[in-house]
Amino acid sequence: MAQFTTLTARAMPLLVNDIDTDQIIPARFLKVTDKNGLGKVLFCDWRYQETIPSVDAAEGATPRADFVLNTPTYAGAKILLAGDNFGCGSSREHAPWALTAYGFQAVISTSFADIFRNNSLKNGLLPIVVDAETHATLIDLLEEVPDAELTIDLESQSLTLPGGQSITFPIDAFARNCLLRGVDQLGYLLTFEEQIKAYEEVQHV
Amino acid sequence: MAAALNKPRTLFEKVWDQHVVLQEPESPAVLYIDLHLVHEVTSPQAFTGLRQRGLKVRRPDRTVATMDHSTPTTPLSVPIADALAAAQLDFMKKNAEEFGIRLYERGSAQQGIVHVIGPELGLTQPGMTIVCGDSHTSTHGAFGALAFGIGTSEVEHVLASQCLLQYKPKTMAITVYGRLGPGVSAKDIILAVIAKIGVGGGTGYVFEYRGEAIRALSMEERMTICNMSIEGGARAGMVAPDDKTFEYVAGREYAPKGAAWDKALAYWKTLPTDEGATYDAEIVIDASSLEPMITYGTNPGMGISITSPVPDPAQVSDPLEKLALEKALAYMDIEPGKPLLGHKVDVVFLGSCTNSRISDLRLAASLIKGKRVADSVRMLVVPGSQQVKRQAEAEGLDVIFREAGAEWREAGCSMCIAMNGDQLEPGQYAVSTSNRNFEGRQGKGGRTFLASPLTAVAAAVSGTVTDVRTLLTENIAIN
Repeated sequence: MAQFTTLTARAMPLLVNDIDTDQIIPARFLKVTDKNGLGKVLFCDWRYQETIPSVDAAEGATPRADFVLNTPTYAGAKILLAGDNFGCGSSREHAPWALTAYGFQAVISTSFADIFRNNSLKNGLLPIVVDAETHATLIDLLEEVPDAELTIDLESQSLTLPGGQSITFPIDAFARNCLLRGVDQLGYLLTFEEQIKAYEEVQHV
Repeated sequence: MAAALNKPRTLFEKVWDQHVVLQEPESPAVLYIDLHLVHEVTSPQAFTGLRQRGLKVRRPDRTVATMDHSTPTTPLSVPIADALAAAQLDFMKKNAEEFGIRLYERGSAQQGIVHVIGPELGLTQPGMTIVCGDSHTSTHGAFGALAFGIGTSEVEHVLASQCLLQYKPKTMAITVYGRLGPGVSAKDIILAVIAKIGVGGGTGYVFEYRGEAIRALSMEERMTICNMSIEGGARAGMVAPDDKTFEYVAGREYAPKGAAWDKALAYWKTLPTDEGATYDAEIVIDASSLEPMITYGTNPGMGISITSPVPDPAQVSDPLEKLALEKALAYMDIEPGKPLLGHKVDVVFLGSCTNSRISDLRLAASLIKGKRVADSVRMLVVPGSQQVKRQAEAEGLDVIFREAGAEWREAGCSMCIAMNGDQLEPGQYAVSTSNRNFEGRQGKGGRTFLASPLTAVAAAVSGTVTDVRTLLTENIAIN
C-alpha cells in the first residue's frame, strides 16, 4: 500500500465547504474498470470549459482560468486546503484515485466525510483535520504567500508553517502506522483467517 | 464482548457486538460481514486486485451482485450505446462467473437497484451486517441491520476475507414523534432531518430512527429514511425491527424458512434498544409540524418547507457558509428570499434507491391518475427493480403513468446518477425523488430539486414547483 512519511510542498486553497465526490470526479467517469489516469478529470466540471464526456476526451480541453487548479500560482501544489466536510457524498474510491493521480498527497480541512477518509487512507492520501483557527491561519498564509511551503511529518503528527509554527494533528495510531510503513491492510486482515473461521463456526454463518 | 452484555445496549451496539471477530488494542475491530452486495461500478478494481494476489472470494454464498448504475433503462432490445458501460457490464459478468458469485444481470427477472433487490429478495434481514460499494447501503438499516457503504479497497477486503477493519462509530438517536399531515411523507421527514443537522452533522455517527412517527411508517417508507442517512453524513441509519419488519421479510426467496425462521425471529426480537441504553447524541423532530420539503441548493442539507423562502446569503455570517450559499444559488439560478413555489420545472424523475419501490409508484399513480404531465415537462418513471416493474404492470400503474404522458422505463439507477444515458441537459430544472442535488449530479449543468414522489407528481402535472396539498382531494387517500 502507498506510504506516507513526510512531505514538504506548496498548498492549493479550494475554500468551498461540503465538496462532494461528484465534484471531485463526476459519475460519468466511473465507467472505467481500472484505477489509472483519473487525474485528468479531477474536479472536471469546475476545471474545463467544455463538457468532457470521457476520461480520454479531457486531453486538450480548455482550462477555466478562474478555477484554482488552473492558476499558475499554485502549480505543483501537493497539498489541498479545502473547506469543511470534504469528500461528502458517494463512496467512490475514484475520488482519492483522481486526487493522487493529479499529484495531491494530503488534504487539510476542518472535517472529512467518513467514507472518503477511509478511502484516502488506503491510497496514501493523508487527510489532516485542523481546528477552525488553524484553518483560518492557513487561509491567511496562502493569501499572503501563495507559494508558501508546508511540511507534514506523519511520525510526529505535525504540520509546520514556513515561519516555524508547528501544529499537531490527530490521526488514529492504526492508520498512522499503516501509512508510515505502507502496511497492506488486506494482508493484515488475512492474518486473522483462523479467528474468522472460528467465528463462522461458533456463529454458524 | 461478554462484559458488555449486562449493560443496556442500543440496537446498533447489539448488532456491532455480535459481529466483532476480534478487537486488538489501539486497532480497528475486525468486523464480520453477513451480506456483501456488489454492483458493476465500484467492484471491477477489487476483482482485479483479487486476481493479482491470487485470492478467491471467501464466501460467494454471502455475496450477491446486480447491474444498476451504468445500466441503461432503455428497452432490453436496444443495444447498449455506450461502449464503456457495455464493457463494464461485461466485466461484471466475467467476474461473477469466474469467482462464482450470483449475479442478477441486465435482462434477469430479479435485476434492479442493489438497495431495492436486497430487501425484495429477502437477502436483507434484521441484525445483519451488510456492506456494498455504495453509500446508500444505509437503506438496509430499515430492517435493523447495520448496513453501510464502503470503497473499492474495502470491497476487495470483504471479497477476500468476509471482514472489514472498522472503528466503532458513535450513536445518534433521531426521535420523530407526532403524526404526519396529509401530503407529507417519509421523504419529507428525512429531508427535514438533513436540513436540521446539515450534510456533515452525522459524520462519525450511526443514526437510530425511533419514535411513534417512525413506527407508523411502512417498511418501504423506513427504507426511504434510512437511505438518506449518508446525506446527513452518517454511514448507517437503523430502525429497530418490529412486526412490520418480520411480516415484510417472511416468505421472501432468501428469508429463513421453517425452524430456521423461528430461530431467526427469536433473535430478531432481542434487537431493539434496551430501556436505559444511551446514545452519544439525540435530535427530536415533531412530525406534525412538517410540511412537504424541497431542496433549493446543491447539497441535500439545503432544504426548506415548500412554503418557506429560500435563505438569503446576506443573513449568513460565517464567510465560508455564506460563500457556499451564494455559490449554490448562482448554480441553481435561484433568487433568495422567496419560496420556490411556481418555479418552472423541465424534468420530473420518479425513481432511485430512495423512492422507486412499489409503494412509491402506487402513491404517485394515485395522484397522477386522470391528470396529464404538463406539455413542458418530461417525466421519467423508473421502477427500482424488474420485480417492482412487473408488480406495477400487473396493477396497471404503467398504464396510468403512460396515459398521463410519462415515460415507463426499465429498472436501474437512471437519472439519479447520470452515467447510464438518462440525464438532464445543461440548465434544466428537475424535481427528483432521488437523494442528491449536487452540482451536475443529474447531468452537467442540470439543477435538481429533491422532493417526495407526491411533490414530484405535483410538479409534473403543473409544470412548476407546487405544494401537493393543493392537489389533494377526497378521492385520494394519502396518509
